[in-house]
Amino acid sequence: MLPFRYVTAADEQSARASASSGDARYLAGGTTLVDLMKLHVERPAVVVDINRLALSDIRELPDGGVRVGGLVRNSDMAQHALIRSRYPVLSQALLAGASGQIRNMATTGGNLLQRTRCYYFRDTSAACNKRTPGSGCGAIDGYNRIHAILGTSEQCIATHPSDMCVALAALDAVVRLSGPHGERSVPVTDFHLLPGSHPERESVIEPGELITAVDLPPLSFAARSAYVKVRDRASYAFALASAAVALDVHQGVVRDARIALGGVATKPWRAREAEHLLAGRRADRSSFRAAGEAAVAGAVPRAHNGFKIELATRTVVRALTRAGAAG
Amino acid sequence: MTALEIGASAPDFSFDDEAGTRSLAEFRGSPIILAFAPPERRTDGPVLQHLTFEGERLPVLALESDRIAQLYGVSRQFAVFVVAGDGAIAWRHAADDGMILPPASSSATGLSRREFVAAMLAASVAASFASRTLASSSTAEASAPSADMVDVALRVNGQSVRLSLDPRVTLLDALREHMHLTGSKKGCDHGQCGACTVHVDGRRVLSCLTLAATVQGRSITSIEGLGSADVLHPMQQAFIDHDAFQCGYCTSGQIMSAVALLDEPCGQADDDVRECMSGNICRCGAYNGIVAAVQAVRANRS
Repeated sequence: MLPFRYVTAADEQSARASASSGDARYLAGGTTLVDLMKLHVERPAVVVDINRLALSDIRELPDGGVRVGGLVRNSDMAQHALIRSRYPVLSQALLAGASGQIRNMATTGGNLLQRTRCYYFRDTSAACNKRTPGSGCGAIDGYNRIHAILGTSEQCIATHPSDMCVALAALDAVVRLSGPHGERSVPVTDFHLLPGSHPERESVIEPGELITAVDLPPLSFAARSAYVKVRDRASYAFALASAAVALDVHQGVVRDARIALGGVATKPWRAREAEHLLAGRRADRSSFRAAGEAAVAGAVPRAHNGFKIELATRTVVRALTRAGAAG
Repeated sequence: MTALEIGASAPDFSFDDEAGTRSLAEFRGSPIILAFAPPERRTDGPVLQHLTFEGERLPVLALESDRIAQLYGVSRQFAVFVVAGDGAIAWRHAADDGMILPPASSSATGLSRREFVAAMLAASVAASFASRTLASSSTAEASAPSADMVDVALRVNGQSVRLSLDPRVTLLDALREHMHLTGSKKGCDHGQCGACTVHVDGRRVLSCLTLAATVQGRSITSIEGLGSADVLHPMQQAFIDHDAFQCGYCTSGQIMSAVALLDEPCGQADDDVRECMSGNICRCGAYNGIVAAVQAVRANRS
């Protein structure tokens, strides 16, 4: 780990002031940042400890939605009664991620800003346009079994690793930011950026901006939702493919659906085409299969990750089947 | 600041030890090894020892005074100097020199036999410094001028502890290297194995990914605080009863996770326990015993 200046922020204002330089990082749970600092992938000059800020509340909003503070620990969000009852897909996604210890540390805001697990990104001796713009991509012609098939570019095929964000994308969550120029809200589906020719830019967050909360809009049929994650071992592994879905079914016919994919795309991947395709069709296996195929439309496989096209399709089918049986 | 070069005259200094105030000049006529460590590695003052190697008995003076370190250009670094009998620096290694290379041979470097032996000893002293340093960071990093130290007050296993730490120090290294509580283990040091699991305010976390400064004022429980040698925690006893370990390296982390799990929402089935314990990897594969131990303690509590 390289030396840095350590600052403890007492409130949001002092946190933003301390983090105004581009070389500063907010430190919450540390599960991504400390790891990457040890690897020299992250080299902040200033680390601003924000763990004392009052951003750990979960509360109901007047419209029936729920606001989750930026510093709420993943385990607390997963077990909260409002989340479990109204947004089971989110609770399931959180509990599918990492381990009990890490969920006690990791926060809402930190999870939104989680960095990719691409081996070439994490290895400072490898080429990586995300870590060192212009250095090339070790993964595109390298070992890319875990890499993305959706949303890729010729500069980067790294997946977004979060489970929580996949559920947030399906739920149309809104990220609340507080920065030097005031507060703003960004839909989570617009919060993360596709790599394009600038894979080093992963989200719309600006230097010094702080994630204060995530708002979950009311969604009556989210009670009938499910998260399915497929990985190399039964637990404590990143997704090879995952699906967050919610289904509104009336008399055997799909009225509305939400589908988002994880583990296969460069950002949490909302599959709107698949949702449109499902609407009005019978909630059965052939409809779910068609939706699964639509969800991976346009996939670009590389040498080792072609299996993800069928895997993601089947993951969507299983998630829809499970959601259809729930609620 | 750069370390004094080989061939330079070694600056004289005085120091106190059991024999009273002494000076470097007293050692003229025979090589002496000077070993420097950053002030935070403070012992109880300069330590004069003698090492014997190939029949040569050589003085080794361990110094943590920044005043003397500055004279030698190695402030806040790990460094080793061999001062020859004529008072000149015969060999030196500072932490920012990179890899530690002992001198090739006495004839090639122009050292006397005694100086050569001293340099070989010094190299081994330097190597042992380096391994201590690597426990928290790489050698070069530890020597880099670090930002200000932070004062950290913690409650560890019921005791109040105050430490002055480099902000880079993880809770794991604070426990192991600064408090000498070595029960928490460093496995991967990257949050992938769970061997470093401790409780912060009763919740299990990974101490390898927790900077010690961030748990200021919090209550830490490590395996040392769970039971005593006479009265084991029921989970410790259950691990013994159910053969829940083989090599034991992951065990303290397993037990800390298992104890925390007792107060977490975790289903009743063995598979639920496996899921809740998945953050603790056991290379020996003692998983069946671990699940049995956890289930036995849970059954006794209900």
